Amino acid sequence: MTTPRTLLDKVWAAHEIAVRDDGTSLLFIDRHFVHEGSHHAFRKLAERGMSLAEPGLTFGVADHYVPTRGRGAPIADASIARMVRTLDENAARHGFRLYGLDDSRQGIVHVVGPEQGLTLPGTTIVCGDSHTSTHGALGAIAFGIGATEVAHVLATQTIWQKKPARMRIVVDGRLGPGVGAKDVALAWIGELGADGARGHAIEYAGSVVRDLSVEGRLTLCNLSIEGGGRLGMVAPDGTTLAWLAGRPEAPTGSAFDRACEEWLALASDPDAAFDRDITLSADAIAPIVTWGTSPEDALPITARIPDPSLADDPARAERIRAALDYMGLAPGRPLEGTPVDRVFIGSCTNSRIEDLRAAAAVLAGRRAKVPGMVSPGSSLVKVQAEEEGLDRIFVEAGLDWVASGCSMCVGMNGDIVAPGERCASTTNRNFRGRQGPGARTHLMSPAMVAAAAVAGTLADVRPMLDGRPVP
Amino acid sequence: MTPFTRHEGTAVGLPFENVDTDQIIPARFMATPRSEGYGRFLLHDLRHDEAGAARPDFPLNRADAAGASVLVARRNFGGGSSREAAVYALVDAGIRAVLAPSFGDIFCGNAVANGLLPARLDPDAIEALLAMAPCPVVVDLDATTVEAGGRRFGFEIDPVFRVKLSNGWDDIDLTASWGERIAAFTAERRARAPWLWRT
Ligand code: SF4
Repeated sequence: MTTPRTLLDKVWAAHEIAVRDDGTSLLFIDRHFVHEGSHHAFRKLAERGMSLAEPGLTFGVADHYVPTRGRGAPIADASIARMVRTLDENAARHGFRLYGLDDSRQGIVHVVGPEQGLTLPGTTIVCGDSHTSTHGALGAIAFGIGATEVAHVLATQTIWQKKPARMRIVVDGRLGPGVGAKDVALAWIGELGADGARGHAIEYAGSVVRDLSVEGRLTLCNLSIEGGGRLGMVAPDGTTLAWLAGRPEAPTGSAFDRACEEWLALASDPDAAFDRDITLSADAIAPIVTWGTSPEDALPITARIPDPSLADDPARAERIRAALDYMGLAPGRPLEGTPVDRVFIGSCTNSRIEDLRAAAAVLAGRRAKVPGMVSPGSSLVKVQAEEEGLDRIFVEAGLDWVASGCSMCVGMNGDIVAPGERCASTTNRNFRGRQGPGARTHLMSPAMVAAAAVAGTLADVRPMLDGRPVP
Repeated sequence: MTPFTRHEGTAVGLPFENVDTDQIIPARFMATPRSEGYGRFLLHDLRHDEAGAARPDFPLNRADAAGASVLVARRNFGGGSSREAAVYALVDAGIRAVLAPSFGDIFCGNAVANGLLPARLDPDAIEALLAMAPCPVVVDLDATTVEAGGRRFGFEIDPVFRVKLSNGWDDIDLTASWGERIAAFTAERRARAPWLWRT
């Protein structure tokens, strides 16, 4: 009898070209996504006079630096314009496909890949961006790499990697109304810490994960890195296949049917062993917000702001104190009711159509008390949202409806939160200065950001649902 | 890449947890060509106030930390973004080793690719070093030890990283020798899943 294998084991083995004596594997890469930030790697390649090993497996997406307003007009900021142009030039020089600034399919790389059907089960995917873990939602091994590794993949279509340890996070029970994938992710990161899954590949399983849409699974896998995980995965199932059918770059006809059979067989064998097993009960998860400067600083909206004087060790007390100081928060006060200055809905974490629907469900017929921006995950999500009339709900609530890109998740395109301002955000990092120097970020789900917009403070979305269908 | 074997220098303490790569180098500096040097961006927004003036009390700005080449920090150093620019900022500022109880995985790979040693020490050892810093240290990769103030601490590093650092290897050169295996594998993959290739 063969040893039972996990999803990770199966996909890994199918891409292992060789194993070195030191245990490092040489993996074949099926999909390599590059963006404007990949310029260092192209530079390295140029210095060596090398060309791309597999242009047909390389895909460029303009997202990190693209403007979200005034699209079509020339980019005013010269250094931003140069970043976008350099990607165009590299795509032309090396002959790989580019979803560039003016492409109708442009968007955030981790939204575009799955949406186009480039992200497929059983594949290996890398990108010079840590949230590449997102793509694992479809059953791929997908992880972020640095510029030296990007150059290596460009030159060889392979990467040397040590196989991560296997961790399973099982989420059972039922999610309550107003509670979603973002809350599940912040719940486990809050419990295990921002380095809780370090060195591990996470497989998400359990009834809650099975019931999640692909969009929700993408959110869950996206945040794997915020808990220190190398990557996140969900086994392909009927939901996955139905979602993939008919996507532009997915196989078609009999090739699709054959692929589906192989993909369904990728699920972890029933007796497969994991190095670590974590179980969460969904019933206990409330809508979560972060209060500090690390995603591990996550608490239910009903909780109080931590008090450093109650911390169990001095280093932790010091960190809480520093975080509260940066965030401008007083210990012991309820989180709910903390005034916010603005809101942001966007980023590869929560900008897919379901995310926009969830926020719109709360905002419909209401006014935001604070300004804010909604940036859809891709230009196609933008079109779909407009067809559904979601843009009007946002605009009537007083929020700006802008074009797609990384935008205020990282502020590289100039969309930033002003120093000292507090932003309720659907993004993934509440690091100091992430949304701009001195910006104070609270992470939460799209429904919770909508609730914060309506209340003008951190707020519990649940009482605002009053019978509204939240998708 | 410069091989790393043994390094003597000054250690400076950064007594914080979760020093993420966004703090090591804020995103707005990353459009800069590497040839201009990234050292001045290191921990920019922690080292400087809103007006851009250096904060005199920040450990790296203190006179006794001038020329420091070893950084001591608390857990989860380099978590977050995959930006290799964080490593460029450290390396260009003259840092050769970072000592911490834990590191972000991607950061570690990036560090080693640029000859920067990420050494994992016990939290207690880190606290002892933080109490001494700034201080002279000797970091020995062969012995996997750090010596400071007459004490010696062991550290951990993935054996693969250790070999890579001490040889100063570059992966692209190494991989070239696997060319035939890669070509054969690619042909097989193409036969099985031709739909993967797009033009
Ligand atoms: S949206 Fe934010 S996290 Fe996602 S790829 Fe862009 S910058 Fe990175």
